[in-house]
Amino acid sequence: MSLRSPLSRVLGKGSAKEGTDHFWAQRLTAAALALLGLWFIISLLLNDIAEYTVLMQWIARPWNSVLLLLLAVTLAWHSSLGVQVVIEDYVHGPFMKVCALVLNKFAHIGVAAAAAFAVLKIAFGAAA
Amino acid sequence: MSNPGRPLSPHLSIYRWPITMTLSILHRISGVALSAGLVAFALWLFAASNGVMDYEAFVTFFRSWFGQVMLIAWSAAFFLHFANGIRHLVWDLGYGFEVRQANASAWFVLAVTLVLTLAFWLLA
Repeated sequence: MSLRSPLSRVLGKGSAKEGTDHFWAQRLTAAALALLGLWFIISLLLNDIAEYTVLMQWIARPWNSVLLLLLAVTLAWHSSLGVQVVIEDYVHGPFMKVCALVLNKFAHIGVAAAAAFAVLKIAFGAAA
Repeated sequence: MSNPGRPLSPHLSIYRWPITMTLSILHRISGVALSAGLVAFALWLFAASNGVMDYEAFVTFFRSWFGQVMLIAWSAAFFLHFANGIRHLVWDLGYGFEVRQANASAWFVLAVTLVLTLAFWLLA
């Protein structure tokens, strides 16, 4: 039996059934980043990535390409969740808040797309 | 106010800043800093994919003192967010909520951050 009134059902109010999505995605991406981040830090120490040719060869190795893609996407995802909370905490006024939240999503997807494109371009040997 | 001598909240004269609050604030600040670092991360890959000229320009900028300060700050922010993030995940599993444990883990995170940041730049 539901305690919701027929009117609230008609208006589509009430739970959207995704209350824990943000929490869960933040934790999952955090756990993934703990592993990916560790791999990335160790890789930075093991390879002289300031050297262009060294970096290109390192990125082009299949496992490194895949892990870099995962790292870029997971970083952007986790970062967008975090910045979203910061915006929700400090940006007031519905219009400014929505603008900031949309801008946050757009920016993070843009950064992830740029990073992924760069990795794929190098991995497929298209970089000059 | 019949008793002007009574203690008034927030008891500023005896207030002691808790270390757990410092870590909470640092976690957020380091997270925002790392979000900015994400742009540099993408630029790094993008510059490399654009060819050797762009990559050399990128490396030259981050070899300047300003670039080095940014990299050191980002590395410290990364290790702090990394260690404190694991602290948060342990809390999510239901452990470490006693005041003594939370205080100890806060100091432990700061120590780990210092050690990992120093080790990273000594090895780099």
